[in-house]
Order: sequence, then C-alpha cells, then structure tokens
Amino acid sequence: MSVTAPEITAGETQTVVAARRLRHTRTVFIGVGRPSTAALLARMVHNPELVLVYESGTIGAKPFHIPLSIGDGELAETADSIVSVPEMFNYWIGAGRIDVAFLGAAQIDPYANLNSTVIGDYAHPKTRLPGAGGAPEIAASCGEVIVIAPHAKRTLVEKLDFVTTVGHGEGPGSRERLGFRGRGPTAVITDLGVLEPDPETKRLVLTQIHPGVDVDQVREQTGWELEVADELQVTELPTAEELASLRELLER
Amino acid sequence: MAQLMTLTDAVAELVGDGDSVALEGFTHLIPFAAGHEIIRQGRRELELIRMTPDLLYDQMIGMGVARRLVFSYGGNPGVGSLHRFRDAIENGWPQPIEIEEHSHAGMANRYAAGASDMPCAIMRGYVGTDLVAHTTVAHVTCPFTGEQLVAVPALRPEVAIVHAQEADRDGNVQLWGIPGVQKEAVLAAERSLVTVERIVDELELRPGGIVIPGWVISAVAEAPGGSRPSYSLGVTERGNDFYKFWDKMSRDRDEFTDWMNENVLGKEEVSTR
Repeated sequence: MSVTAPEITAGETQTVVAARRLRHTRTVFIGVGRPSTAALLARMVHNPELVLVYESGTIGAKPFHIPLSIGDGELAETADSIVSVPEMFNYWIGAGRIDVAFLGAAQIDPYANLNSTVIGDYAHPKTRLPGAGGAPEIAASCGEVIVIAPHAKRTLVEKLDFVTTVGHGEGPGSRERLGFRGRGPTAVITDLGVLEPDPETKRLVLTQIHPGVDVDQVREQTGWELEVADELQVTELPTAEELASLRELLER
Repeated sequence: MAQLMTLTDAVAELVGDGDSVALEGFTHLIPFAAGHEIIRQGRRELELIRMTPDLLYDQMIGMGVARRLVFSYGGNPGVGSLHRFRDAIENGWPQPIEIEEHSHAGMANRYAAGASDMPCAIMRGYVGTDLVAHTTVAHVTCPFTGEQLVAVPALRPEVAIVHAQEADRDGNVQLWGIPGVQKEAVLAAERSLVTVERIVDELELRPGGIVIPGWVISAVAEAPGGSRPSYSLGVTERGNDFYKFWDKMSRDRDEFTDWMNENVLGKEEVSTR
C-alpha cells in the first residue's frame, strides 16, 4: 500500500531509498544524520539483522533513538563489541570487513570523488569544512560506498576544490591503480533521485528519479552536463510501513 | 607511579607554554575540565593535537591558547561547524593558526606508533587524495610483497591528557565505554595527566574495561563531571542540547568571549584532591 505523494517530503523519500539499499547487507558503516536514520529504518523494516558500525568503535550498535553524535552513550550500551579507534580503522575498516559505507560530502564530482575539506583555496579557504575524518580509508576499503547528499549545483560540481576522498578517481582503472580493495561508490542518493556510475566510463548517470521530480529539474541542479539512463526508473513511493516507521523513529 | 594531585597543580606542573599537548577522548570522555584549567592558567602557543577538536578545542582556539593544530575532523559532531576553529583558519581570529591535518586512520596509526615507540606507522590510505600534498605522509614499498603503502610519522606529544571514570589511590586508572585513542595517547606522550570522575579505594574490574597502570601515568586528578558536555559512560550523560546551543552561541566573537569569561575564566577549578 502506498500513500499519496504530496504528504511525503523529499528528505523522507531520500532516507527511504537509502534504507532499501540495505535489504541484503550484512554490515553497514554509518555517520550521523540521514545515513544513521536510514540504517535504523532498514533495521526496523527490511533487515533486522543488519550490523551497524560507527567509527567511534561501536560494532553492532542497536540504538532506539537516532544518535546525535557517532559516540552517543546508547551506541556503546547496545553494541555487540566496542573497539579502540586504531582497531576500528586497521582490523575492521582497513581489512575490508564492512560491506557498505554511507558517506556525505560538501562537493561531489562526476566520478563520485568527494570534498569535505575546504571550499576555495586550501591555504586561504572561503569555507573551512571539518576535514577528512574517516572517509578516505572508508571509501578505499569498504565493499561499496553509497553517497547521501542534497541535490544542488554547488554540491554536484564538475571539479572539486579539494579531493578528500577518492570515489572512481579519473575513471576506469583508477581504483585498481591505487590499490583499493572496495568497489567504490555504487550510488549517489539525493533528494531528487539516484545517480549511479556507468559500468564502462564510471561517470555518474541519473538512473532513478523520485516521484514528482522531472529530469529538467535534476539537470538544472547538477553542476555538470548530466547523463540520463535510457531506462530511467521512477522511485517506488514509500510504503505506508516505511513512512510510518520513519516518522515514528524521528519522533522518538 | 602516578601522583595524585589537584587539577590546578597538575596542569601547572605538566603543561608549559609552547608544549605539544594532546587532550584525547573520541566523543566520549573528553577532558573538558583539564582544558578549561589550561585556559584559566593562561597557557599560550600550544601545539594542540586531537583527532576531533570538538567544542573543547573550539574553546581553546577561540581563547588564543593555540599556535598550531593537528587534527583529522574539525566538526561539531552531528551538528555542523566549529565556528571558532573556522574563524581562526579563515580569518586568523584571535590569532592565525597553523594546521596539520590527517585522516582518522592516519591519526590513529600515528598514536599507535607513538605508543609503540616506533618512528612511523605503515598503513593503506591517503593515496589519490589532495591530503598527500598538504600533510606529512610518505610512500613506502612493502619489502616482502612489493605492495605500495604509506607511512605516517609517530605522534609523540609532550603531554597527553585524558579523562576516565575512576582511579585508585595508586593512580591506576579504569575507563569503559568508547575507548577512543586514550591509552595510545597516554603511552605515546612524555608526560600524562588523567582526570577521573572519582578516586576509589580499589578498582572493580569491569568487562570491557581498560586499565592503564599508574606507573605509566604522571599525574591523576579528581575532576567530577570533568568530561561535561561530553560524557563518562555510566556516570554522566552527553549534553546533546549543549552541542546544539554551542552552534548558535559561538558564531559571534563577542558572545563567545562573554560566555567563556563567565563560564570558564570566572569559575574556580572544583577538584578537592
């Protein structure tokens, strides 16, 4: 059963679409915000066995509330295992034990490389962003990466001001040359649709749009000449169960 | 063996102007009370090292304590920007700050190398990113397999400061919950201070608890509530509302300065031991 489109916000659709990607995932690495909400929703609706891993070292956390930080007490209290930061990055992330990683970024380029360091010049930035955190090694070593970001011209840019995290580098063969074990970004989920790398060129292609969005609107909000898949899919509306669970989760 | 001291005496004895100082605690157990005491004692020109500067270094940077910052993620966790950190880098207020930034994996391995008394750590990472041109990282080849790897230099802070739930009278420390890089920071540093929620006659060992023996620690000081608005699992709760409040309040230089004057400079250190 589906509910009617106007009641659903773009952000809700984005979260629901991200959660659906975790139906068959064993382990997911998540930061805070929408990725965390999506992973909790996936555990509620699609995949109760999903193992949530936060970079604070909490493995198998089962929070009831959406955490504000990656180190909230509830994550530690509900985790299967708690490890130190060096162990998290060396034994768990670096060794390739995580299937899917959700990442965000301030800028994303057509090869799904990410900037979370600066806008403008490095030495004299217009905007100083938080920096790399765990992202470079997470994107190198996790099985695949799903990027979650708002769809805007200033976010989806032709050229990054700073390459914080490598997605598909300069295209085919880049990841192999750099020695990365993971497959890299498999999707960029925005509030307008989903972009996926072309299997040959590795450039992002619009493969899915959310209900009520038209392609010109997506083009307008993309900072490069957007390629659209021949068989463009329209996102299946959030089901009543997905929507009710998401709203309940946000109200806890 | 760690000396039990007051927080005031411990900071006065261990932290000098110009020192490299790591106050660690990954979201959990951030040693706010000790950082505030450093501000009150008017330390200057510090090299501040911390994976996630968090509100504590935002406060210390905004109060002009730091000459240099070594870090890997300068955000307000789950909230957004650190406005004093940004103002220092973007506009040089209250003074210009030099930065050296890494990834989390890089910083964690640098601490582990410091704790191991190794000159560097070998890892996979950094390659392909613009970080390589802006930080201390070098390419190395595995002598056994030929794999291309990177090396990052060990972190050896002059002083490490961490917070824990409890210590006994011999200065043996126990912490539990998210362990971050506290143990690595203490073992990597020349001198160390551990602030604790409480001093107990005997440590009651806990599953998953980490004990740092008193003989590798320089000083232990009691500082109840000393990690607030971060938290000490089982003792205090994280002040999530404060982290949101800080985002609004700290945008303005004058409001920030007033707040620090009233809430940090105007307060006495409360430790009694």
